[in-house]
Amino acid sequence: MAEMKCEQCGSLDAVVHLTQIVNNEMSTHHLCQKCAAEKGLQGSEDPSSHHLLDLIDKMSGGLSDASHLEAIQCGFCDLTFGEFRKTTRLGCPQCYEAFGDQLPRLLRRIHGSDSHAGKIYLPPDPSASEMEKRLEGLRRKLERAIQVEDFERAADLRDEIDSLALVKEAT
Amino acid sequence: MTRFGFVPDHGLDWLEASGEHSDVVLSTRVRIARNLQGHAFGSRARINDREAVLRCFRRSVERSQMLKDGTLLVIPEVPVRTQEILHERRLVTRDLLGPEGSVPATSAAIHFSAEEPVSVMVNEEDHFRMQSLLSGLRILEAWQIVDQLDEELGREIPYAYHQEFGFLTSCPTNVGTGLRASVFMHLPGLVLTKEISKALRGLGELGLTFRGLYGEGSEVVGNFFQISNQTTLGRTEEDLVDDLERVVRTVIEKELHARQVLLRDAPALTEDKIWRAFGTLCYSRMLTFEELMNYLSGVRLGVSLNILPDVSVYTLNKLMIFTQPAHLDQAAGRNLSDDERDAHRATLVRSVLANDGDVSSGASDIQGNRTN
Repeated sequence: MAEMKCEQCGSLDAVVHLTQIVNNEMSTHHLCQKCAAEKGLQGSEDPSSHHLLDLIDKMSGGLSDASHLEAIQCGFCDLTFGEFRKTTRLGCPQCYEAFGDQLPRLLRRIHGSDSHAGKIYLPPDPSASEMEKRLEGLRRKLERAIQVEDFERAADLRDEIDSLALVKEAT
Repeated sequence: MTRFGFVPDHGLDWLEASGEHSDVVLSTRVRIARNLQGHAFGSRARINDREAVLRCFRRSVERSQMLKDGTLLVIPEVPVRTQEILHERRLVTRDLLGPEGSVPATSAAIHFSAEEPVSVMVNEEDHFRMQSLLSGLRILEAWQIVDQLDEELGREIPYAYHQEFGFLTSCPTNVGTGLRASVFMHLPGLVLTKEISKALRGLGELGLTFRGLYGEGSEVVGNFFQISNQTTLGRTEEDLVDDLERVVRTVIEKELHARQVLLRDAPALTEDKIWRAFGTLCYSRMLTFEELMNYLSGVRLGVSLNILPDVSVYTLNKLMIFTQPAHLDQAAGRNLSDDERDAHRATLVRSVLANDGDVSSGASDIQGNRTN
């Protein structure tokens, strides 16, 4: 398969191999990424491989001090930015801080945002401010549950808000 | 031999074709990724990290209503064929098992709840991946099950969490909510009417993506597609789930419309295709898995259009799972060669379909090897 060319454009390597039945005959088509995408056969963006590599490459490619960037290292797990570029996997929670503004930039490219809007986590033995943040999140959820008339969930959320508020007052 | 009896319905209740639109949507999966604070993620974790993660998980299980009566399998202790069977049932990822032929990494584990259709992979790419796999279109339900488990575990396990970025994950494509919701769809109508690219175009702009049946980089086999959310950051979990649900419902409508167009504009051709697929499956002596999937696609369309009323979607779903290599080897009691597998596959398919798709008789065949 390695040498196979795309049957559509004939120039790029075929990387998508589609098997389908047409008129009850099984046929296989070999297409390059581009032609496959045009035919709608390949996911527009594969979140975990080529696409992410592209994004990271573009991000550091435009910088004049790319080699300096490559060498930035996480103080906790020793992963360098260069290694991250190759593997697209971060080494530990601290990497999110260690690579400075590179991470928020990358996140904006991937997600269109660099700021979490989902569940507010309440860790074991939370501080008062963590509890307050969590309460805010729960109230948002409650509003939404009421909006969509999910009253069972709304009741659960109210209970949780009440008990957390009590705990917060007591601490 | 590992018995599957302790896994609720042998980890196969997602095949039962019970959810909404189960002739178009095979299954819904929601998973969330979480990591333990203060430890390197999967790819850089050392043995100490991995052991600490599993220890921490075991402690939290005792205090989790949803997990405490369940079953924990530590992958390196599980026979290789059983590992492969779990993989073929879509209950564990290749990532958890490690590359084929290699010894699975220390402390990689999977825990099945006895109460709910939910499981947790431990020491995968992320330390914890909780997933719920349900039959049919049930995105919100799957999310709520996983959410409830996350609440329980989060009270016990100090997660890696960042005020700005949310739940931290090994791959930046999962950060924030850590949520990936995906729906497996059978879209032969859109493929045959050549509307598929139009129907799936523009998913990227909605923060969604699609791909073929078997994981990353695989070919699209049997007109099966998986649609999932691509972005995990900057939106609430409920919004991510709602968006996916809305788009999937639109795709279902388009698929059902395309099927009606086929029946209206090319009834003879459509029926011929369906019966030929059915006939091939009923009489073949050798079937590769890819061939099977493609013919099953035709039969599935026939069942949905009521052209093959005696076959059930449940039977077709089970055939997809029990005709995979490790399942065939297990039924045969030995490792088969590729040719032997093709022959065993064809025999199994014939015997199941010869009973007019009778689930119980087909299932008794299957029952034998699923509890061993």
